[in-house]
Amino acid sequence: MKIKDHNELFQEQEYLDQFERKKEFENCPSAEEVQRIAEWTKTEEYRELNFKRQNIKINPAKACQPLGAVFCASGFEGTLPFVQGAQGCVAYFRSHLSRHFKEPMTAVSTSMTEDAAVFGGLNNMLEGLENAHTLYHPKMLAVCTTCMAEVIGDDLNAYIRTAREKGVIPQDLPVPFAHTPSFVGSNITGYDNMMKGILTAVTAGRKGEPNGKINIVPGFDTYTGNYRELKRLLDIMEVKHTILADVSDIYDSPNSGKYKLYPGGTPLEDAADSINALATIALQKYSTSKTMDYIAKEWGQSAVTLPPIGIKNTDRFFEEISKITGKPVPQEIENERGRAVDAMIDSHPYVHGKRFALVGDPDLLLGLISFLMEMGGIPVHIVCTNGDKKFLEDAEAILSESPFGREGKVYTGKDMWHLRSLMFTDPVDFLIGNSYAKLLWRDTGTPLIRIGFPLFDRHHLHRYPIIGYQGALNLVSLIVNTVLDEMDRKTMNTTSFDVIR
Amino acid sequence: MSTAIKETQKMIEEVLDAYPEKAKKDRAKHLAANDPTGQCSTCQVKSNIKSRPGVMTVRGCAYAGAKGVVWGPVKDQITISHGPVGCGQYSWWSRRNYYNGQTGIDTFGTMHITTDFQEKDIVYGGDKNLDAALHELKGLFPLAKSMGILSECPVGLIGDDIEAVSKKAEKEFSMPIVPVRCEGFRGVSQSLGHHIANDTIRDHILGKGQLDKSTPYDVALIGDYNIGGDAWASRKMLEELGLRVIAQWTGDASINEMGIAHKAKVNLVHCYRSMNYICRHMEEQYGIPWTEFNFFGPTKIYQSLRKIASYFDDSIKEKAEKMIEKYKPAMDAVIEEFKPGLEGKRVMLYVGGLRPRHTIGAYEDLGMEVVASGYEFGHSDDYKRTYPEMKEGAVIMDDATLYELEEFTRRLSPDMVGSGIKEKYSYHKLGVPFRQMHSWDYSGPYHGFDGFPVFARDMDMTVNSPTWGLIRRK
Repeated sequence: MKIKDHNELFQEQEYLDQFERKKEFENCPSAEEVQRIAEWTKTEEYRELNFKRQNIKINPAKACQPLGAVFCASGFEGTLPFVQGAQGCVAYFRSHLSRHFKEPMTAVSTSMTEDAAVFGGLNNMLEGLENAHTLYHPKMLAVCTTCMAEVIGDDLNAYIRTAREKGVIPQDLPVPFAHTPSFVGSNITGYDNMMKGILTAVTAGRKGEPNGKINIVPGFDTYTGNYRELKRLLDIMEVKHTILADVSDIYDSPNSGKYKLYPGGTPLEDAADSINALATIALQKYSTSKTMDYIAKEWGQSAVTLPPIGIKNTDRFFEEISKITGKPVPQEIENERGRAVDAMIDSHPYVHGKRFALVGDPDLLLGLISFLMEMGGIPVHIVCTNGDKKFLEDAEAILSESPFGREGKVYTGKDMWHLRSLMFTDPVDFLIGNSYAKLLWRDTGTPLIRIGFPLFDRHHLHRYPIIGYQGALNLVSLIVNTVLDEMDRKTMNTTSFDVIR
Repeated sequence: MSTAIKETQKMIEEVLDAYPEKAKKDRAKHLAANDPTGQCSTCQVKSNIKSRPGVMTVRGCAYAGAKGVVWGPVKDQITISHGPVGCGQYSWWSRRNYYNGQTGIDTFGTMHITTDFQEKDIVYGGDKNLDAALHELKGLFPLAKSMGILSECPVGLIGDDIEAVSKKAEKEFSMPIVPVRCEGFRGVSQSLGHHIANDTIRDHILGKGQLDKSTPYDVALIGDYNIGGDAWASRKMLEELGLRVIAQWTGDASINEMGIAHKAKVNLVHCYRSMNYICRHMEEQYGIPWTEFNFFGPTKIYQSLRKIASYFDDSIKEKAEKMIEKYKPAMDAVIEEFKPGLEGKRVMLYVGGLRPRHTIGAYEDLGMEVVASGYEFGHSDDYKRTYPEMKEGAVIMDDATLYELEEFTRRLSPDMVGSGIKEKYSYHKLGVPFRQMHSWDYSGPYHGFDGFPVFARDMDMTVNSPTWGLIRRK
């Protein structure tokens, strides 16, 4: 039986007629007027007006602090993210992360309402901790706040202490916390705050003999493939390590007909022992800055940031690991490097000289700029809604390292509606961004390469690593095959339609 | 009390044992064994009450109700998420309220526009910036017909006067600027957001649109959000029935349509939960009768067509009979195709709005039985409408927690579960066939004669997917 769904139904004549009839009641502007305004939005004049705005964001590319915090918290073994505040926020965090990973996401809210706004959220916290602990048996409850709790000034430290005193939760249950107002920073700030909160709590009093391990803090990294790749590489090098926080099994767990509330994560014992590691390496700078400061100062560890996206970045990553551990980079990894470079050389003609627009979180953008330039690609418009001045400097420094970076201009605090203006007035060949960037794809016709977060409209991309040499290979595939798809589409009815490229 | 009811009550008690005393006492009020007659007093569930802290409710907030459901789908309004970035970000393009129009030019439904509050806005207030923001938007989007300011938690807590800002801009721009006080901490769920949003439509939009001429067959299609094109599939039928749909609320809605809805002869309500407020208002203010209908599955569709026609003259009644005659063979063919694979399968539903009861008939048309159903944010009138739709002893659950859903699933072993995105993947892990019944898992439409075949196909692919058989259970 042939069944038509929305993809076909609404192209049928009866529906097209219906849409026409409906216009009688819509009082919509004429088609000419719509066309005129549409054309105007593509002009330099509009771009100027657009860039003048100070008070409104249109299609920003960032999420809010507590989302980063619950994401971070969920990467620890048996940990239930616990959000003090109004309940809608947690519903949003859970659905947002579930839509990206296609996985369940566990977090609870204290469901604060008007009475909490007046009297404070202590009662919600006490009952919430008791219910969550009794019902979901977590090994750790990681508390963060929403706007509401922050505005009314809930004191998490005092509330948690009270909860212990009242026996609502056991004395020895770890309950780290972080204040994560959504009106400060973004998802990456929340990740950082929660990570610092958790490490502070679990390592207290655990300073002892060096354990010979390396800590890795991936940062707000939503590629589960990256975590598995990292573990594989460190295992090949025989480097003992702790990943803080390891979300890979949480957001990519095997289907065994069983639903596990806590399907993995960094063992709490390992997290506690992380204070005794040889060194800590962060793979992102902007989502781990407070954490890394804390580690350097409080733990007295070497704390460096080495984002392994692209060949040179990955080289630096392995050099550092080698330096810290005294272990050479094994031939197996050297071979992977060789294969990735080989792939880049094979594919370079299709990327060389192509101009790119990029939008995303700061750390991802830095890695991608570097990688694109290694391929001879030209980053042109770089839009980072949650980037700060330091990020601007970092990005410009990377751009200045290569002649391919000459055209690159970095826009911090700007959004995808700004990027739309840029893409109309100074068109590029390709766009790199998350699923929401498909609005730009539709408006400007620029092919979209989906890298970043969230990726809602394509399946499984986050399962493929984009870090390390294997990750570079995946990036080559993603980018070059989009270029080739586009070339085929454009030459479909010309003499240049080719089978072999 | 019947055996079926007793057995279900016993099961519910077992499930509740895991809770601490206070939460257990509260949750007991929200779970019951169904009594279709509505006579058994202990079988009625309590609803629209605060969720317990810390128990993983599925509910959202007032903002979600106002933005995601009522105002968000209005296409030619610029809907501003006023406050920090998160609420607008997570509700961005998440419900599939299809619309015609050029996004960013004359329509704005799938955009995310926010005042992006920073710390200084919390300290000094955001009113001033809001005023400037409205001017910036007016300059960039000259074809917008209205602006809506949807306030997030901090706005209410710091006491910003968004009403004053709106009033000023409304005068300057000569178009509706609608302040919607839908801060997430208000009320206990999305439901209050619907109510608040409806009130603002009443105050700022209704009665202000233009309609050149009226006909005796003018109706408004209320409470259809055009998920996957549902409202279009319904509209097609109403037009075939000989009615003129002058307004669609709020899927693919325009400000003008909402402004002329009071000229309808009858308001036809699909989602009663979100829209009864505005219908009651139009009834009181303009004397417009309203009637609920259900376009899920042929049985309910036939009943609804006759019910709708009963508000009009014989010509419409005849058309209703002719339509039923015309479409019945196609609907029977769909049933013939899919019933063999679905007959006797047991369904558990946990959704919002109207679906926990409205879809029951459609499942039954396919030979399936709904053994448990419940609402995220229903009120007692929803449950009263649900009891008679279900068998004795079926589980009725209000504001169910993830824990309860999983436990009921374990004990009832349904062949299929229909719920939302937050529940979807835990069911996949459990190996229980699951369909996302908020946005039709990106399929649809499910409403009307065009929707039922899609519904049947999707339920079949859910229950009978060979992938479930690949799971190696340990």
